[in-house]
Amino acid sequence: MKLIKFTKKGIYCIPGNFYLDPWYPVDYAVISHGHADHSRPGNKHYLCHNDSKAIIKHRIGQDISIESLGYNEPKNINGVQVRFFPAGHVIGSAQIRLEYKGFVVVFSGDYKTQPDFISTPYEPVKCHEFITESTFGLPIYKWKEEKELQTELQNWVLQNQKNNRTSVFLGYSLGKAQRIMKLIEGVDDVYVHTAIHNLNTAISGSGIELPETTLLKYDFKKADLQNKIVIMPPGLLGSKLLKKIPNAATAICSGWMHIRGNRRWKGVDAGFAISDHADWDGLLAAVKATEAEKVYVTHGSQAVFSKYLNEIGIEAHELKTEFGEDELAQSEEVKTETA
Amino acid sequence: MKDFSNLISAIEITNKTNAKIDALVDYFKIAPDKDKLWLIALFTGKRPSRPVKSNLMKSWVMEITKLPEWLFLESYSSVGDLGETLALLLPNPEHTIEKPLHIWIDELSDLKPKSDEEKKEYVLESWNGLEAQERLIFNKLIGGSFRIGVSKKTLVNALAKLSGIDANQLMHSIIGNWTPNTISFDDLLNGEHINYDNSKPYPFCLAYSLEKELEDLGETNEWQVEYKWDGIRGQIIKRKEEVFIWSRGEELVTEQFPELVAAVSQLVGSFVIDGEILAIKDSTVLLFNDLQKRLNRKNVTKKLLEDVPVGLYIYDILEVDDVDLRRSSMEERRSKLENLFEQNTSDILKLSEVINFNNWDELDALRNAARSFNSEGLMLKKKSSIYHVGRKKGDWWKWKVDPLTIDAVMIYAQKGSGRRSSKYTDYTFAVRKEDKLVTVAKAYSGLTDVEITEISKWVNKNAIEKFGPVRTVKAELVFEIAFEGIAYSKRHKSGVALRFPRMKRWRRDKTVKDIDTIESVKALIDAS
Ligand SMILES: [Zn+2]
Ligand SMILES: [Zn+2]
Repeated sequence: MKLIKFTKKGIYCIPGNFYLDPWYPVDYAVISHGHADHSRPGNKHYLCHNDSKAIIKHRIGQDISIESLGYNEPKNINGVQVRFFPAGHVIGSAQIRLEYKGFVVVFSGDYKTQPDFISTPYEPVKCHEFITESTFGLPIYKWKEEKELQTELQNWVLQNQKNNRTSVFLGYSLGKAQRIMKLIEGVDDVYVHTAIHNLNTAISGSGIELPETTLLKYDFKKADLQNKIVIMPPGLLGSKLLKKIPNAATAICSGWMHIRGNRRWKGVDAGFAISDHADWDGLLAAVKATEAEKVYVTHGSQAVFSKYLNEIGIEAHELKTEFGEDELAQSEEVKTETA
Repeated sequence: MKDFSNLISAIEITNKTNAKIDALVDYFKIAPDKDKLWLIALFTGKRPSRPVKSNLMKSWVMEITKLPEWLFLESYSSVGDLGETLALLLPNPEHTIEKPLHIWIDELSDLKPKSDEEKKEYVLESWNGLEAQERLIFNKLIGGSFRIGVSKKTLVNALAKLSGIDANQLMHSIIGNWTPNTISFDDLLNGEHINYDNSKPYPFCLAYSLEKELEDLGETNEWQVEYKWDGIRGQIIKRKEEVFIWSRGEELVTEQFPELVAAVSQLVGSFVIDGEILAIKDSTVLLFNDLQKRLNRKNVTKKLLEDVPVGLYIYDILEVDDVDLRRSSMEERRSKLENLFEQNTSDILKLSEVINFNNWDELDALRNAARSFNSEGLMLKKKSSIYHVGRKKGDWWKWKVDPLTIDAVMIYAQKGSGRRSSKYTDYTFAVRKEDKLVTVAKAYSGLTDVEITEISKWVNKNAIEKFGPVRTVKAELVFEIAFEGIAYSKRHKSGVALRFPRMKRWRRDKTVKDIDTIESVKALIDAS
């Protein structure tokens, strides 16, 4: 019998009678991580990694029915063994491993193979079938190492300070914000937008240590902020709050910034190619490491990546997703946060 | 090339013109003279001829990366620039090569006559010694144009800041006839190769938007009223048989308009005139959209000259036979202008018509009718006014037509090209016709990058049908569409044709229930 089925509501585990990152409300949702395109509201029951629990409760509601596991900790649901493995995407992100009668399926959720020193590093998991994301599934995407990114970001801040400008980073509140905090740790005081601050509080509450930041109060004093560092969600680009920041130099941190044409979008001063998704080599290495007989590709460049996998002798199929792009859901996130 | 590469990074890491100027000045302070000359040459479109065909470069990259061609093409279509695609696909370099910019350029020009094998060896060796950004520059040196968001004006302002030399003179110098191998940096800046006395422009006199009632302007006979045109405001200089055309952005655009140069050259005497460069075909002024096809072209082809001929509507005269007329009144200048052009008539050079009117009430109707022949409205100039430097309130007013607008829903979206190749930028809009939707316009401008990004994501999620590059989307997003004119049309399914439609704003507050009907759109024809 088949272990999983692709339905309109999302990936369904047949014998286990639960869904993985469902798009519409279901009775039992096993969640890979806290991003809004993966953990949707309205499910009757949630299962996630320990580090995601506070994040999901913070975003969806304190009163939801939710339980959590550590990495590699087994849980039996209707005869199906569920285990989480680190995905290296954001804090608490997990690949979901399902085992039933010796048959193993791994759902990657979102992942990146390069360590970011803030989320638990990605670990490859062997399986029969692998469902992989493919946000940056083109060979043009090749990320720089964390060390190099650190130098780039810190130099930009120092250059701004020389020119008497305040450095404003725009990055999603879950994942990107904490990564930026880590990359620029120690350069100068870091102020974060309420949305990020609240999330940080939730994360810290579950015992994870984050670099020190200060809440950016709405009535901040301009003099306090001058030449400092601010992190806010990208939805605030063009907002009154951003305009109030004295002499702001703005930067977007996103994998899309790898392409020069995207960096040159006139909305911001700088673009840094910092992504929480795997690059081309990362995707390929991850797929190969699973030794899977069959690969399902979702979330981004599914057509291109699955075609290429088939050409190099790995059976692959294209999967459509309701919430195609990560950014889409994250823009929803920003809306609800700023509301 | 490190310094040059750092300069490019510094320029790209800001959208503030002043920061770009500072970065250029810093570079000019440290770079060798030959490199500076080449930078100016590259940024002003004077690039050496291509030594290696792009197809060869593409095949080498495919060989190195072992990628199938379809995947290469997917990558290219996502990046939108070949030189950049090649740079991104190549594996990381294994060693470091550091040579100044001009050496690279010399080596590349030596490469031109060599065999493909020799070219390959040189290019692969270079790729392997350059990091991503330098590699991109290297590829650009070989082929594509160097577009990095530095206008001639920005470059000139940097050189002016560096040297203290007048910016307009520098503009003439860098546009002038020179090559990096035949002039020194100092001689270029000092304009040894040009005669600036011949090209020196005057600052433009500019108008404010009308902000009072016409009646408050005083007597009608104190005013000269003309049509306002949406082209390129230009200052045309003819001195000592040399002709120069300056744009209002203080750029020399002489070479872009050969027919104007020819027409002006035939006129007698020395003079400086102020006018509007317009696309004019069969005595009809075309829209700015058409004129745009003529702008910033490296080559003005014969076909382009035929398809979009330009002419000049002359507004004013600032100098005749070396005498500065700017302190004379508008009335005096106008009569000088009429004298000069009484003997010198031409199809390409026309005097801007002075509108006859008796009382202020007549003007509103004239203004609204202006749209029908692609005029933007009216200009009101006080007859006693001198030709001011820049903007001065009270003497010159512009009074534009109100734009026509409708609310329509997006039904198709298509990806853009070039730097916007990853986003949906071109949309098709429909209005309601009974219980159906009917297409009325296609538009591709007027939104912010942030909005385009958001809409692109929405399109990805809401595409109902793929048809080549076109996505049919759920009829949900409503936009206010502005346009310059509207007429009945048998060629269009909707029965109407909009002239120069553009997105004025995204109406997030409206739903598909709120859009215009074809009847309400047609009603605009009768009203306009
Ligand atoms: Zn995610
Ligand atoms: Zn995602």
